[in-house]
Amino acid sequence: MLNELFSPDMMASAIRLTIPILLAALGAIYSERSGVVNIGLEGMMVVGAFWAAWGSFNYGPVVGILFGITAGMVLASIHALVTVTFKVNQIVSGVALNVLAAGISRFSSLSIFGMATTSPHVSGLPKMTIKPLAEISWLKPLVTEFSILIPISFILVGVTVWVLKYTTFGLRLRAAGENPEAADTLGINVFKMRYAGIIISGAFAGLAGAYLSIEHTGMYVEGMTQGKGYIALAAMIFGNWSAIGAMFAALLFGFAEAISLRRITTLVPYQFIKIIPYLLTIIVVSGFVKKSDPPAKVGTNYERGEG
Amino acid sequence: MVSRDLVIETKGLRKSFPGVLANDQIDIDIRRGEVHAIVGENGAGKSTLMKMLCGLYQPDAGEIFLNGEKIELSDPGKAIKLGIGMVHQHFMLIPRFSVTENIILGAENSNRGVLNFKKAHAEVEELCKRYEFDLNPKELVADLSVGEQQRVEILKVLYRGAEVIIMDEPTAVLVPQEVDELFKNLKLLVEAGKTVIFISHKLDEVLEISDRITVLRRGQKIGTVNKEDTNKKHLAEMMVGRPVLFTVEKGEADVEGTVLEINDLHYSENGQAILNGVNFEVKAGEIYGIAGVEGNGQTELVETIVGLRKPASGSVKLLGKDITGKEVVDIRKEGIGFVPEDRHKRGLVLPMTVAENSILGKHNSKDLKKSLLLDYKKIEALTKQYITDYDIRVSSPQVEIGNLSGGNQQKVILAREFSGEPNLIIAAQPTRGLDVGAIEFVRKELVKARDAGKAVLLISADLEEVMAMSDRIGVIYNGRITSEFLPEEVDHQQLGHYMLGSEKEGAAK
Repeated sequence: MLNELFSPDMMASAIRLTIPILLAALGAIYSERSGVVNIGLEGMMVVGAFWAAWGSFNYGPVVGILFGITAGMVLASIHALVTVTFKVNQIVSGVALNVLAAGISRFSSLSIFGMATTSPHVSGLPKMTIKPLAEISWLKPLVTEFSILIPISFILVGVTVWVLKYTTFGLRLRAAGENPEAADTLGINVFKMRYAGIIISGAFAGLAGAYLSIEHTGMYVEGMTQGKGYIALAAMIFGNWSAIGAMFAALLFGFAEAISLRRITTLVPYQFIKIIPYLLTIIVVSGFVKKSDPPAKVGTNYERGEG
Repeated sequence: MVSRDLVIETKGLRKSFPGVLANDQIDIDIRRGEVHAIVGENGAGKSTLMKMLCGLYQPDAGEIFLNGEKIELSDPGKAIKLGIGMVHQHFMLIPRFSVTENIILGAENSNRGVLNFKKAHAEVEELCKRYEFDLNPKELVADLSVGEQQRVEILKVLYRGAEVIIMDEPTAVLVPQEVDELFKNLKLLVEAGKTVIFISHKLDEVLEISDRITVLRRGQKIGTVNKEDTNKKHLAEMMVGRPVLFTVEKGEADVEGTVLEINDLHYSENGQAILNGVNFEVKAGEIYGIAGVEGNGQTELVETIVGLRKPASGSVKLLGKDITGKEVVDIRKEGIGFVPEDRHKRGLVLPMTVAENSILGKHNSKDLKKSLLLDYKKIEALTKQYITDYDIRVSSPQVEIGNLSGGNQQKVILAREFSGEPNLIIAAQPTRGLDVGAIEFVRKELVKARDAGKAVLLISADLEEVMAMSDRIGVIYNGRITSEFLPEEVDHQQLGHYMLGSEKEGAAK
């Protein structure tokens, strides 16, 4: 059984399933570090998945991916407008967007493809294979026919670390989430930083959705995100708002999901195996694992006060 | 038009907020290279004036001149660019950032958006050296002491090339040693040609550091005086508009038996020990003052005594009866009057009326009820009694308490907590944020309670207050009472020393 659990096939599957969680979690870092909770990740993934499928269906996979990213950003802009400008509770806005995204996607799917819940099959980006490594048998599943978005996602982890730590933008973004009042007195536009953080998170979530529909599944299917937006948020929390931490957390969740997809011969009914990723999410989010250390002002809207 | 040695000049500045005229016709002039103090009571308009000078508020009328030229300060960024920097009373720092990150934030030297930390660290180090600031640029601000954090704030404005540094009540959060250090730094700054505007209501400090002093009262400028031409009494009179008593008048303590007895009290939170074995007792007829830098367990100690927190071990005895870890209701029944340090959080319910607030905690008393319901007639009568007895300035008991001034709010709490003959009165920061008149009143009431034979436990961050009020002083450090003194045994400096962790030889329990 252990052989089965840690087989190369299983690892390859785990990594494939890690990517959407990882991308969305990386996005969430930008949003949360700027001080805004983005529980609307799920919805941003949904619209990303749908519009990527549409784009790919009409203009090919590259355009599809760009459409997915754009769709995520558009939905994120609404979140930014509502929370940053109109100072609505961030959770309420995010949940509303999730509902909105589900509705829009179903409506658009029906009117464009004539089917409410699925799109036709769409093509993905060309798959990659690393030839020399593919000859080693236990590495083969990992290095053959994989999506180019997989290495890109891991590169984005490094990029995120670098942006947050070593750029002016990253420093200001974090300041907006830690102490917006201080940032404001230093002439930093807190509202602009938060818009930026949220919209970047929308781009990442849209890309995550695009990966799901055109790379992973080859079509859009209603409900295909299966709560991955929420799981991504949990991964980010588990990873303590750091890109590296979120990456390991996403790998853990991806692995859990890979297990749940396989009917491993065990004594436990497979329905129980299926709940593993979600159970893990609950445990992580309820702070079982360790004390989390969020940005000081995440979740609170900033208002310039007088008096 | 304007003489050349003036850095800042204002003419007819006015600013009003809904219902208040915070500044009216303010003309001030600040000379280059001086320390200019702005003094006044709470609500006199000091902060409003300074916020206009650093661009946070826009004046309704009037003009500001910098080096003789009229300027418009539309936002703080503009003020910084023109060389006016403000060090806020509540630090605007990010604990999770390093010293350097905090300093460069918003004024980063970057190459196409990429930060050069090596250069930034070097620049900060250079500034530290020039003005003799003892700081490590790479350290996290979360690990710094309050005094060090203040230095980071000053460096922030220096890094931006400030020529005029406005400091809003900079000594409020410091112990005496840190104040000395700050004054040394300020003198170096002035020697280097900078100008310092120093806002305070602590007259001793003002007289020590400033060259000239401007007094504000109720939004108006009363006058500007040279340090040599004035003294504390004179300044206080200018501030308040009448002669002020600085000393607390009190007779010899008539001490009787022990009322409160704390034995080896321990308390911890999130695995961190906060109280590490507190021992002391308070007797009837005395004021026992606890002095200490904030965050050494004062809040937790008080809240453990009144039952808001449960101790890990140790005991609290009131008149010999063990009340350790009991519910708040039961402890209050034993006769404790509690003036909490945060009156908005613990003392009052702001959206409720004065009458409702006056009976908080007594709402179950039979005297105030008619069978199951509250008897509002009786409540109103009681409140009116409080209003006369404690000179609470309010038009009716039905006014929302949030609309009252801090002093009047505190009087409602005193009235509520002092009535009903408590055996022990715990007053935590009882005069914080009050103006001189209200402070006088609260102190008199505490002395009155002590003279009536009650035990009074006073916790205050204001060293002057502890020294002036207490019959005995305990110094709290790191969750322990490390030394005890009679007020005549020590001076400020020594007490400050003990507050930073030294222990009195042989006397520590």
